[in-house]
Amino acid sequence: MTRADLLTVLPEALLALAALAALMWGVFGGKDRLALPILWATAALLAALAVWIAAAGEGARTAFGGLFVDDAFARFAKVVLLAAAAAVLAMAAGVLGRRGLLRFEFPVLVALAALGMMMMVSAGDLMALYMGLELQSLALYVIAAMRRDSVRSTEAGLKYFVLGALASGLMLYGASLAYGFAGTTGFAGILEALAAGETPLGLLFGLVFLLAGLSFKVSAVPFHMWTPDVYEGAPTPVTAFFATAPKVAAMALIARLVHDAFGPAGHDWRQVVALLAVASMFLGAVAGIGQRDFKRLMAYSSIGHMGFALVGLAAGSATGVQTMLVYLAIYATMNVGVFAFILAMEREGRHLTDLASLGLLARREPTAALALMILLFSLAGVPPLLGFFAKYGVLLAAVEADMAWLALAGVIASVISAFYYIRIVYLMYFGDEGEGLDGAMTPAQKTLLVVTAAVMVAGIVNLFGIEAPAAAAAQALVR
Amino acid sequence: MVGIEHYLAVAAALFVIGIFGIFLNRKNVIVILMSIELVLLAVNINLVAFSAHLGDLVGQVFTMFILTVAAAEAAIGLAILVCFYRNRGSIDVEDVNVMKG
Repeated sequence: MTRADLLTVLPEALLALAALAALMWGVFGGKDRLALPILWATAALLAALAVWIAAAGEGARTAFGGLFVDDAFARFAKVVLLAAAAAVLAMAAGVLGRRGLLRFEFPVLVALAALGMMMMVSAGDLMALYMGLELQSLALYVIAAMRRDSVRSTEAGLKYFVLGALASGLMLYGASLAYGFAGTTGFAGILEALAAGETPLGLLFGLVFLLAGLSFKVSAVPFHMWTPDVYEGAPTPVTAFFATAPKVAAMALIARLVHDAFGPAGHDWRQVVALLAVASMFLGAVAGIGQRDFKRLMAYSSIGHMGFALVGLAAGSATGVQTMLVYLAIYATMNVGVFAFILAMEREGRHLTDLASLGLLARREPTAALALMILLFSLAGVPPLLGFFAKYGVLLAAVEADMAWLALAGVIASVISAFYYIRIVYLMYFGDEGEGLDGAMTPAQKTLLVVTAAVMVAGIVNLFGIEAPAAAAAQALVR
Repeated sequence: MVGIEHYLAVAAALFVIGIFGIFLNRKNVIVILMSIELVLLAVNINLVAFSAHLGDLVGQVFTMFILTVAAAEAAIGLAILVCFYRNRGSIDVEDVNVMKG
């Protein structure tokens, strides 16, 4: 039994050992001189794990008495989040040194956060869920405050920590109620208790608290307050990480929890999730309009996008989960591309992120401007780019689940949010030529920007075949 | 006779005090850290009470995990707070406002 258990968690165990080894190597082998080798090794390891998990895994296995579940759903989420984390590390590599962020702790903490996320999406028990979530969160609190001598970065870390700890508290209170009224912390046990008949009120309270705590992690309205400040204050490589992998993991965790543990109470949680979705979509669309800072804008953009992903979840069907997963994969790809560009924004060696500096970018850097335009149109959901198909999928799933009002709200919010994406395109092509940008992109950044933009165009043929694995993942979750 | 409902009432009261402590407190970030501990304490009381009531050890195991993680969390929170204090020279809640959000 132990051997089979350990084989099931082999990728996680390897990542944990590698992170610890990298930490030791960094501490005893020369501190920050080793930052770049450790960073590239971590990125390579994360990418290799993504490929391995995508290629090797099949079937569904549980380990440690149901605490850990390795099924198609977990594997899909893991591949997306590992690939996103590796991409973020690769594009951060070139700028860390110039901005005084070249510390060997950064890749180690990213690896530990990724490990926490892998635990989260594989959780089969409230305890495993909590431990995974905290491993991820604790690492993220630290890297948000990584620039120790900056008021903004430490303030971002402090805000993220206080609200994150509050969210953990809410979630734990929900977990304790769920344990008390179901008599077990295992998802399978809670499912049985719910299937037995009438839903106890205490279990419903537990579900609501759990959802409140977890919606903080995906920055769904009304638990989004931290997002703009943390995105703006944290160093840009850290923001790029925040916008991709943790969002995917937390959303997958919510899907896992509501389907695996609270499946029979679908009519209860679907209303809550639909409410979160509508509020997030509209706040993300409206509040983004007045923003002057690119990172802050991306914060509101991510709030809105999480709203759309929640629409798929609110449908409560296998199709809903499938479209949500596809949405998350496309969302992560688009954000990697946009942040590859934001990371390289520089004037006279200083990093800056205000939108006004993009004026007439198309004259100086036609390729980058074109790629960014494609990504922004895709974020806005303009057909025929991939972002449109992502939105179309989740809205269609909502319509099929008799939630046409939700789909209608999604369409309206999407139109509103298109304004601020298109304004950036306007600035790049027809804006005022003020003091522009003069930094150059590193090869990794340029490659990621161009490749993700190309993916947005080329993917419309067959979405690179990710629909079949996503469908298998949804089938594994929704029974 | 003290029953499960009494424990749950105490835990609920502590939980609410903790939440209010975070939102109503206008003075000091340390008070927020204390409020967070209060929330976690409420959860632990809940879990141990349920564990005793159900005759099931899992709740107490969960409590041990929460205690451990809460210690790590407090360490990280205080470390970030020290960094913030060095930069800003103050830990008043009103001064955590360089970015308006």
